[in-house]
Order: sequence, then structure tokens, then C-alpha cells
Amino acid sequence: MNALFAVILLAIIIITFGVFLLVVSGRLGPKRQHSAVKDMPYESGLPGTDTKDTKVSVKFYLTAILFIIFDIEIVFMYPWAVTYLDSVKAGAGIYLLGAMGVFILLFVIGLIWEIKSKALEWD
Amino acid sequence: MGVDAFETTINVAKMFVIFLMMVQAVPVLVWLERRGSAFIQNRFGPNRVGPLGLMQLLADAVKFLFKEEFLPKKAVAFLYYAAPVIALVPGALALASIPLGPPIEVAAFEMLGRQMGPYVFKLQGYDIGIGIVFILGVSSLGAYGLLMAGWGSASKYSLLGALRASAQMISYELALSLSLVGILLVYGTFNFYEIIAQQQGPLRFMFWGKENVISWLPNWGVFFNPVGMILFAASTFAEANRLPFDLPEAEGELVAGFHTEYGGFKMLMFFIGEYGHMIVASALLATFYFGGYGIPFVSPANIETFFHAQGFGLTAASALTALVSHLALLVKVALFLWVFIWVRWTLPRFRYDQLMDLGWKSMLPWALANVVVTAVWLLVANTK
Repeated sequence: MNALFAVILLAIIIITFGVFLLVVSGRLGPKRQHSAVKDMPYESGLPGTDTKDTKVSVKFYLTAILFIIFDIEIVFMYPWAVTYLDSVKAGAGIYLLGAMGVFILLFVIGLIWEIKSKALEWD
Repeated sequence: MGVDAFETTINVAKMFVIFLMMVQAVPVLVWLERRGSAFIQNRFGPNRVGPLGLMQLLADAVKFLFKEEFLPKKAVAFLYYAAPVIALVPGALALASIPLGPPIEVAAFEMLGRQMGPYVFKLQGYDIGIGIVFILGVSSLGAYGLLMAGWGSASKYSLLGALRASAQMISYELALSLSLVGILLVYGTFNFYEIIAQQQGPLRFMFWGKENVISWLPNWGVFFNPVGMILFAASTFAEANRLPFDLPEAEGELVAGFHTEYGGFKMLMFFIGEYGHMIVASALLATFYFGGYGIPFVSPANIETFFHAQGFGLTAASALTALVSHLALLVKVALFLWVFIWVRWTLPRFRYDQLMDLGWKSMLPWALANVVVTAVWLLVANTK
């Protein structure tokens, strides 16, 4: 049983289902006249402003960059966590805990530095 | 996919059924949400169409189907249409990898003059050995659907909603994946079946190298990792964009957030995605912390022995065991889904800076502390 093949097959099933729904509801719906006002993006009664060149706050980029760093650090904990209990039972628990303790200490220092440097302040 | 055509057919049909289960659960959940909110707010809710208003959602779905197709000016057509389809994918892919019951054993039988079997069918779409990692990877695909919707609609509100959604989802993914490290430490495996198997029987734990048994408590993960459970539940609320974390579609500020420009079936597909996320989150909560498909104090082997004693054959007893266990999982999932709805109508929405502060400055340190405390506790408990 090739699980990856099954995943891809299910994804294809879902996408086909979604596209089918889109097409069916598109065909069944009424066709009405379009007008410039109707086709505008939603705005609360005012003429809409163009949004394609909207400048995005740099905060969002910063959050994404910080996320990647921390997420990679967390991913390193996964193999450690899975093998930890067996190592403890085999008597090597102190070493594994110490090694991960250093890693987590670096993680914590990074987090504290990030908070102190106000990278996570939203205003 | 299987050794012969019969097994392959069943395995493919299983995936269809699980996907349809998710889609079918959505109308019931929407009905439950509307009736539940009405109950909490002392109103009636939908009660006109059919008994208890149950037919309301059928009527709504038919109405959605006959809505006018609408593409806003300046919208990126591909992104605009692809986003609702993409929103369906992560929930269903994740749900298909969660075991919904113990495997069904089918004894060898004869069909069309050919000897078939024996087979073992697992009650899940596909068994990926590293189930937890797969689910974490797939569920983060949800951010793409929202981002495509926001960018493709070319509307100010959609774009703001999508930006908020992606920042929020990645921030809470840290707490989510870190809170699971605690449960991995306790069980030492990525495999769902092994995690569920370890949660059977009465609560037993090691302390100073001696095994203790508390016979009146089930052996559930929540007793080993309560902080992790709370963190996991809270971050799944944020991942599913549910109140109190529904900043991406905060209707007081952003009209409807990333799906402002969507209507009809396209909006319904975003709904299916969101409720699919909730179902997956509830099933994961049940699997990691509340024994999965296990019934407290009764193991699947006990149930199967019981059915054997009633005179059922191997296949029938196995199928009945799977059915009973599956019902146990459904009860747990339904309970957590009700908590999702309950919380939505109880807590007010956060402000955006509070949301990010909670994720980065509160839940992330708590999850780290949970990992360290669990690791130290395991070391102390298993040292003689």
C-alpha cells in the first residue's frame, strides 16, 4: 500500500469535487446584466480604491521570518522527543536532556532577545 | 493500494467515504451552531423548515446552488476560483489519516469462484507511519487558500483579512507544534495506532522507577500532559479561525475578511474547509489526549471477545468492534465540536495585538516550559 499515492489520489478527488461544484453552481445560477458599479469590489458606499499596489506592513514579513526560524528549531525537537523515552529507559536520559537543554536555552535566549528588541510589538 | 482488485477498490472507496463524511457533517454542524447559539442567546434559531429546523440547511444548500456567478472587477480569476477549492483540501487530507476505529479483519472467503483474503482493512483513508508530522504539514496548507482568496479578490477587506489570517496561523502553528512535543515525549511514537493502544486500560504511570496504577481513571494522555492539552486546544481554535481568534473575518472591522467577495457555493466551500478543520482538531484532541477510539476500561480485544461469545464470526465480530469503537470516537468528537461552538458564543474577540502577544509571548513560553517539565518528569519517573 503506497500511502503517498493514496494521498495524491485523495487530493485529486477533492479538487475534482470542488471544481465540479464551482462549475455546476456557475451554470445553474442566473445570468444577469453586469455594470461597472456592480463589478466593483465591496466598499461601504464609497468608490473603491485600487488595492493591487497596497503596501503591506513590514510587521507581517517580520512575523513570517521569525516563524521560519522558530519553526525549524521546533522541528529539531521532534526526533529528539520520539527517541527520548527509550533513551531514558536505557539509562542515557541525562545526556539527552542536557543536550536538548542547551538547545532550548538558545531558543529561550532568542525569544527573549526578540521580545526585548520589540520585534513582536503591534501597534 | 492493496494486493488485489478487491482490496484496492475498498481502499479507494474508504477515502471517498471519509471525504463525504466530512462534507456531510458540515450541514449538521451549521445547524448545531445556529441552534446552539440560539439556545445560548435565548432565541429560537432555525425552527421552521422540517422538524427542529433540520431541513433548513438543505434549503440553504439548494439556494446556494442557484446563486449568480460573480467575479469582481480586477480580481485575479485563477486565484479567486482556486481559493475555495484549495480550502477544502487540508481538512479532508488530514481527516483521512486519522484512525476512526480499530482495523477490521476480514476472514478468507470465496467470491465469483475465486479464493479471496484474508484482509485487514484499517478504518482510515491511508496509514502514514508518521501521522502527526503529516497532519501538521497538511493543515498548514490552509493558509494558502485564505491568502489566495484575499489576494485574488482585489478587495481591501479581503487582503487585510488574508494577511491577518496568515500571520495568525503561522504564529499559532509554533505553539501548536510545540505543544505536541509533550505528547511525543510521553508516548515516544508518531503513529496514531500506537498512541491509542498506549492509552488503554486504567491510568498507570512510573514514579521513581516503580509502576503505580490508579484503577478509577482511564489511561488518557490528558493526565500526563494537561498543559499541553490546553495549549493544543487553544491553538487549534486559532488555526481554525474560530472565535475568540476569528480576526481574519472580524465582521465589525473587515466586513467578512478574506471571503468578503465570495457568495453562494464558493462561500459554502470555505465553510466546509473551516468546519473540516474543526472536525480534524476535535479528532486529534480525542486521539492524543482522550484515548482516541478507545472506550475507557474496555479494550477493543475485550469487545471482540464479547462479540465472539455472542456467536458472531471473525469478520462480523471485527466489524462490530470497529463500529462500537468508532461510535466512542464520534461521541468524543461531538463533545469537542460542541465546545468549539460553545466557546464561540461565550468569549468576545481578541484585539490583534493581544492575539499576537498571546501566541508569541504567552503560549510559546508555556509550551516550551511544558516540554522541559515533561522531559524532566519522565527522567525522574523512570530513574530507579
